[in-house]
Amino acid sequence: MSEQDSSRDFGRRDFLKGAVVGGAAAATVSLPQSAPAQQPAAAAAATTPASEGYSFLNLEEAAFVEALVDHMVPADNLTPKGTDMGLNIFIDRALSSGWGKGERLYMQGPWKLGVPSQGYQLPLTPAQLYRAGIEATNAHCVKTYGKPFDRLDEKQREEVLVGLSTAKITFDNGPPVRVFWTTLYQTVMEGMFADPIYGGNRNKAGWKMIGFPGVIAVHRENVAKYRDRPYPADPISIADMS
Amino acid sequence: MVTKLKEVDAVIVGLGWTGGILGKELSEAGLKVVALERGDLRVPAKDFAVPIVRDELRFVVRHELMQNTARDTLTIRNNPSQEALPMRRLGSFLPGDGVGGSAVHWSGHTWRWTDMEFRVRSMYEERYGKNFIPADMTIQDWGITYAELEPYYDRFEYTAAVSGKAGNIKGQIQAGGNPFEAPRAREYALPPLTPIQASVMFTEAAKNNGYHPFPRPSANASQAYTNPDGAQYGACQYCGYCQRFGCEANAKGSPLTSVIPIALRNPNFELRTNSWATKVLKDSDGKRVTGVAYTNLLSGEEFEQPAGMVLLCAYAINNVHLMLLSGIGEPYDPVAQKGVIGKNYCYQTGTGATLFFEGRYFNPFMSAGGSNATIDDFNINWDFDRGPHGFVGGYSVAGGFNSALPIGYRPVPRGTPQWGKAWKAATAKWYQTAMNIGASGSVMANRYNYYDLDPTYRNAFGLPLMRMTFDYKANEHKMGEHAARTVNAIARSMNPTHLNEAVARTLPWTVVPYQSTHNTGGTPMGTNPKDSALNKYLQSWDCHNLFVVGANVFPHNASYNPTGPVGALAYWTADAIKNRYVKNPGPLVPA
Repeated sequence: MSEQDSSRDFGRRDFLKGAVVGGAAAATVSLPQSAPAQQPAAAAAATTPASEGYSFLNLEEAAFVEALVDHMVPADNLTPKGTDMGLNIFIDRALSSGWGKGERLYMQGPWKLGVPSQGYQLPLTPAQLYRAGIEATNAHCVKTYGKPFDRLDEKQREEVLVGLSTAKITFDNGPPVRVFWTTLYQTVMEGMFADPIYGGNRNKAGWKMIGFPGVIAVHRENVAKYRDRPYPADPISIADMS
Repeated sequence: MVTKLKEVDAVIVGLGWTGGILGKELSEAGLKVVALERGDLRVPAKDFAVPIVRDELRFVVRHELMQNTARDTLTIRNNPSQEALPMRRLGSFLPGDGVGGSAVHWSGHTWRWTDMEFRVRSMYEERYGKNFIPADMTIQDWGITYAELEPYYDRFEYTAAVSGKAGNIKGQIQAGGNPFEAPRAREYALPPLTPIQASVMFTEAAKNNGYHPFPRPSANASQAYTNPDGAQYGACQYCGYCQRFGCEANAKGSPLTSVIPIALRNPNFELRTNSWATKVLKDSDGKRVTGVAYTNLLSGEEFEQPAGMVLLCAYAINNVHLMLLSGIGEPYDPVAQKGVIGKNYCYQTGTGATLFFEGRYFNPFMSAGGSNATIDDFNINWDFDRGPHGFVGGYSVAGGFNSALPIGYRPVPRGTPQWGKAWKAATAKWYQTAMNIGASGSVMANRYNYYDLDPTYRNAFGLPLMRMTFDYKANEHKMGEHAARTVNAIARSMNPTHLNEAVARTLPWTVVPYQSTHNTGGTPMGTNPKDSALNKYLQSWDCHNLFVVGANVFPHNASYNPTGPVGALAYWTADAIKNRYVKNPGPLVPA
């Protein structure tokens, strides 16, 4: 059954798997096409596609992350969709940064799971955890739906995320679901609300959504002036001031 | 190969508030002082400049200014029957790293702890009888009084640019201040901060409920200020980036802005950064310390710095760790109930409610570190009868914000989906239209909450990690229930559109998420060497030329933030060393 579904749904994954092209070229193909200059200002999302591409995620992982962030952050009148906000790029960059490689993480054994109150105890860097978690989630999706997460429909994706977030899904071979989900969720939120310098929150769309003014914050007079009144925030980022 | 250096009068380990205060005071008194700091020197003008300092991901989420757990951490467990495992990354608490220590990234809340803490066992026994205190609650009097400490609180508050409103000047209750506070000699250094909408609404609601709200005293300069040492502070900009950040406006009370640069100008004072103390050295009979062994982190070279006296001024946890690693004093044993080093580790507890108001605007991004209104009716108010509620200690309740930045602060009503359009809509709707009321509670010392050295895990220097054994006990759970009821009653009286009620904690303490960097105890001060590590001058009972300064000296933890008494005790110890110890070295209190 899964074979049939796969063959009918000959998508980008299969094309890329079969394509005899280098990784960099493949990664470029996998990016959403965008033409910022031709987009209306309000919808302008991707402004720097030329510098994009993945530094950590492989093709399957990139497809998973793109599907994840577009499902968690769908386009509506508040923001563009997740990939148009650069959340996939944020996550990729985070995983290839010092944080993703386990900088500041105590990585000496012996390794034991312990009890939940003892916090993170896996012998994995965040990047390794992500990789293992995506693989295990896709394995669950193939087993359950006959295809990986990025090729599920909306309803199925929702089922998987609910299953991950409530730990109703357990991995046959993979990291603890709760630990993976916590990291996954946290990175999506970081991509949404961290300074755009890290690749997410493109055009400060996350900050505009909530009215957060960003890095300029000289409110000595405003604190009384805008008390119980909306502050007209036009957010400013680190790059805007640099 | 260890290089032995030339002896100095005093070596300080750790250069934050306490090391900065002692370094300045002792070098001004003519002593040759060397300060060893494991981290770097950060210069506010370049390291905390806009825009680079305004980065929530870097400073809050990724812990830029904090201790690096890859190099040194603790192992954690809730009780002695568990196997402790390493805290592999920071979470519940965030010790600072670098010159200035945690005082670079603190919020500035500065309180005066009173005799209700310093005489805790006596006061509860006198009022409620000995049986009121559970057998395993190892609280003890501190050996010091508020009256002794008052001038030193004053000194610290004026050094650190504390803004607030006095509630009791020489016994006269002052309108607008905290009526429960112990008498102070004079007003705060600066007037209170401008209230934000959340503190205005909390103040009104607290009054309507019969309580006594006041603006939280905080080392955020409400105006430009020059302190008595000539250090200059800028005025707080209510930038919303306070907790976890260095201050771009030099408005946060910090040793980096005050005592440390003054000490650095004194030729008697020398700072060595990237210098990791591994051991306090003792003489052959163990009665005196002789110096400190340390590693230069830039070269890997090992040094021995001989000194006439040693002052441990690192973060509270690290001071205790060094004592245990150095074999000074008897390690605490909870079974035999013998020994004192590692005893009485305490933390804090708390609960909070989120209130959602359609049509109100709280602008959570406009706040100082101390933009709260607070009530102490259930804290240092001794008229509050704990008898019927059966707990020792208290809690303060506050309404306001501190560093409500959007990766970490996105309030939504309980039951809101965690993603998708409904999540986005709720997040957008409530970010600016919600406020918090929180309670912060004391934790009483317990026989089974303590530190020792871990038998398994080691740090980057091959030394055993500190092992922390901690959980909340019935006393804290009873207080938590009382606090949740108080918070919810105040919150409901404000008629919010939605209310996420405060829920009393029932689960064990966990190493995630962030809770509070108020770790206390481990080398308790006290009246005798049997149940304390240090005398009232923070002098070791075992080695009279060793002083251990910081919240590690607290025999228990109060509801209040610890920095007020930490700073005051540093000045108190500096005076004892300058005026008494150097003239006649020896125990300042007979054992």
